[in-house]
Amino acid sequence: MVYNILISLRQELVLTVLIFLLLFIKLGKDRSNASILNFINIALALNLVAGFYCHETAELFNGMFNTNALIVFEKNLLNLAALIISMQSYAWLKDNKNVIEFYLLTLTSLLGMFFMISSGNLLMFYLGLEMSTIPLAAAANFDLTKRKSSEAAMKLILSSAFSSAILLLGISYLYGTTGTLSFSILTAHINGSPLQLFAFILLIAGFAFKISAVPFHLWTADVYEGSPVAVTSFLSVISKAAVLFTLVNILYKVFTPIANTWYLILVLLAAATILIGNLFAIRQDNFKRFLAFSSIAQVGFILIGISGSSQIGFASLIYFILIYIFSNLAAFGVVAVVSALTGKENISDFKGFYKTNPMLSWILTIALFSLAGVPPTAGFFGKLFLMMAGAAKGNYGIIIFAALNMVISFYYYLRVVKAIFMDQNDTPVEKLQVPTVSKIAMYICVAGVIVTGLASAVYDYIYSISIGL
Amino acid sequence: MNLTLLILLPLLTAVLILLAKGLQQIRVIGLAGSLAQLGLAGWLLKSFLAERAAGNNAVHLFESNQTWFKALNIQYHIGIDGIALAMILLTSVIVVAGILVSWTMDKLSKEYFFLLVLLSMGAYGFFISLDLFTLFFFLEVAVIPKFLLIGIWGSGDKTKSAMKLALMLMAGSALVMVGLFGVYYNTHTFDMVQITQQGIPVAVQKFFFPFAFLGFGVFAALFPFHTWVPDGHASAPTAASMFLAGISMKLGGYGCLRIAALMPEAAHSYAWIIILLATIAIIYGAFATMMQTDLKYINAYSSISHCGFVILGIGMLNKTSINGAVIQMVSHGLMTALFFAAIGMIYSRTHTRMVAQLGGLLKAMPFISTVFVIAGLCSLGLPGFSGFVAEMTVFMGSWQNPDGAYRFVTILSGASIVVTAVYILRATGRAIMGPISAEHELLSDATWNEKLAAVLLITGILIIGLAPFLINHLITPSTDAIMLQMGKIIVSK
Repeated sequence: MVYNILISLRQELVLTVLIFLLLFIKLGKDRSNASILNFINIALALNLVAGFYCHETAELFNGMFNTNALIVFEKNLLNLAALIISMQSYAWLKDNKNVIEFYLLTLTSLLGMFFMISSGNLLMFYLGLEMSTIPLAAAANFDLTKRKSSEAAMKLILSSAFSSAILLLGISYLYGTTGTLSFSILTAHINGSPLQLFAFILLIAGFAFKISAVPFHLWTADVYEGSPVAVTSFLSVISKAAVLFTLVNILYKVFTPIANTWYLILVLLAAATILIGNLFAIRQDNFKRFLAFSSIAQVGFILIGISGSSQIGFASLIYFILIYIFSNLAAFGVVAVVSALTGKENISDFKGFYKTNPMLSWILTIALFSLAGVPPTAGFFGKLFLMMAGAAKGNYGIIIFAALNMVISFYYYLRVVKAIFMDQNDTPVEKLQVPTVSKIAMYICVAGVIVTGLASAVYDYIYSISIGL
Repeated sequence: MNLTLLILLPLLTAVLILLAKGLQQIRVIGLAGSLAQLGLAGWLLKSFLAERAAGNNAVHLFESNQTWFKALNIQYHIGIDGIALAMILLTSVIVVAGILVSWTMDKLSKEYFFLLVLLSMGAYGFFISLDLFTLFFFLEVAVIPKFLLIGIWGSGDKTKSAMKLALMLMAGSALVMVGLFGVYYNTHTFDMVQITQQGIPVAVQKFFFPFAFLGFGVFAALFPFHTWVPDGHASAPTAASMFLAGISMKLGGYGCLRIAALMPEAAHSYAWIIILLATIAIIYGAFATMMQTDLKYINAYSSISHCGFVILGIGMLNKTSINGAVIQMVSHGLMTALFFAAIGMIYSRTHTRMVAQLGGLLKAMPFISTVFVIAGLCSLGLPGFSGFVAEMTVFMGSWQNPDGAYRFVTILSGASIVVTAVYILRATGRAIMGPISAEHELLSDATWNEKLAAVLLITGILIIGLAPFLINHLITPSTDAIMLQMGKIIVSK
């Protein structure tokens, strides 16, 4: 029995042990940052490998904690993303004297996400969500000397507190009308009464805040801009992915009786999110703000895929997030290196980048093409399958709308490519010495961007584990 | 015969180019790779004809079908019929010629040749696909190289042209995508052969045909989606212009043909719109060319006019006209590539493309001037060259339609040839004949690589022009197969 619990909880336990170890290291004598970073990266890599074995279905703590092959896979994706971010921030953290605090915060947040994904109860879900958000707000303030960083942290904590309150209100109404918080019992009590619908809308609004869907996106750009790049990529990839996994889980499993209602809500949210995200992305010059709005638009595409409520939709979402991890982190990786070594973060600084840094330029270009959905990168497949899933209900209006928006998004991604390859600049970014660890992380991302799409085995695997859920 | 070789060979060439060191190595690898493609295409033709001679009358030969995305029923289904083979041959010829004329490219040459080869890979993949998903995949693969080729190595207002081209083509493929989803959700497959067998409900066809057809129409420079053509072609470096007009616009025409064959009822009921747009493109393109003073713009606008004939032939929906459309695609591909090659050679020597600033080039560079004149004569449809055969076939096909309005349109399009003659002869007369300016007198004639490229393209033009039965023999069985599906509907109406 104990053995079973250990196996089912192994990903969480590894993280917990790691967090405590870091605390002890902090108390002990000073060690070089490089060794600490290598140690953490290896631990995360081991956790990733461990995630590929033994995924049996289990239910612990009276249904509070669920696990199965799909959930293990989702956690693995988050772990992978955390590992890549950690490797990419090597240049930035190498000389930072608060490196351990950074990992305490981010790993705690990751742990919270693991519990959130595994939750079988709204209470557990809420605990996981809070555990994942609050440390991130602290991490957003990690550049202690920058005012913008504190501003970002303040905005993040206030808006998350607000959205959590809304979420909590929704949960309590739901509890009031159904008398339970457990996912498995809840479904039978959902009947679409007005109060329940109201509770549901509050719940969705809370989720929309976390995934920064329009009109709940206003905090995103400022927070992304102010935070250090590592935290920005953590926010835009990992925390979004975790909330999306949970959202799909709840929508598909718990709220099936009112599927027509949430279908409509999702389509409206998706349309607004794609359009606003795209229109604002066009105007940005700061790279992090640019990626913030582009990631808002990406969430819109994800919502379209979810709205199809099909098996394909479920698998396509997870598949897309895997691709999104690779492509977005490849882009953030280049930005992180440039920002850490030169302090430049604007798109206009990237003019003539190809002359001095051809390798980084190609990596960034491939990443942007993948985000735009251009073959042969994986983004093409990810986006296409999401749209296919969205078309399953026969609502071609939204598909046409999204297809035209893909063209708009294409424009702003190409604008960056244009700056890199075609624009003249007398003072381009000088040739950068990228640390080996960061380089490896980028190569992993690029390999992922290319292989994940063409190798259909990845999609088939995700489809096979998402069946029956 | 494994058709996947047609994708693997360019891929291998591209990888080798990336690994190569030095300009010499890069271009030798590029040339070797493209010659291997040409050889492969020739061998494909030989085995195709041998199979046909042996009595194999299957619509598609060398078929291979592998599951790609099992859960979504997406197949990697490849195979070729005569039409696809004709397009593959065209592509391989243009790739060799394009690599040859880029011989002296020394600015970022590795990236340049890499992108050229990547573009050709997209085209081959497109033509061998029998699955709509694979088709769409390769269609988009070919877009990005164009953007980079024009934006980095182009001339004039290159970034704007590159952006315009990429965005319009992406919008086209977005439309295609919507059409494909519609087909997929009503037939549960992307496989064109299967879709042909089971048919698509007429209501579905009528809704989704415009998306798919117009989407491909953007690629084929169909009016009013032609605006990317002039800027794109004019700004592109020589080889990219050749690829763009010779290969990439053909992706559109070929796609339109396939979509019309997949949704025959819809094609039949929308035929008048297609024909109307095609006629506007033909006439508008011809008159717009009259106003141009830049050689590249002249050829670009005349391409709009010539590609109108392709769409006209498809829109007329009979065997002769579709045959004509296919021949026009091949002919226009060769002719326009030759034209752009000649313009590129002239420009690299005189550093101007303005007709007014040129003159008497025949004295300084007889070879290049001859090539230019041949391309011009082919463009205006002189008998003996491929343009005559192609346009004549389209007209004959169009005339078969007894409807008065269709006849009127045919006459109008036929009359456009007169306009073509005007602008071609005028440009040729000004640039090639007459007195030569002193600064151009000492310019050198074509080098070996340019001569080779021109000879290759002219050979293709002459083969079609002098022995049209060869290409007819190749494509007619395939058009028959298309007509067989359509025939049922047209007879029943």
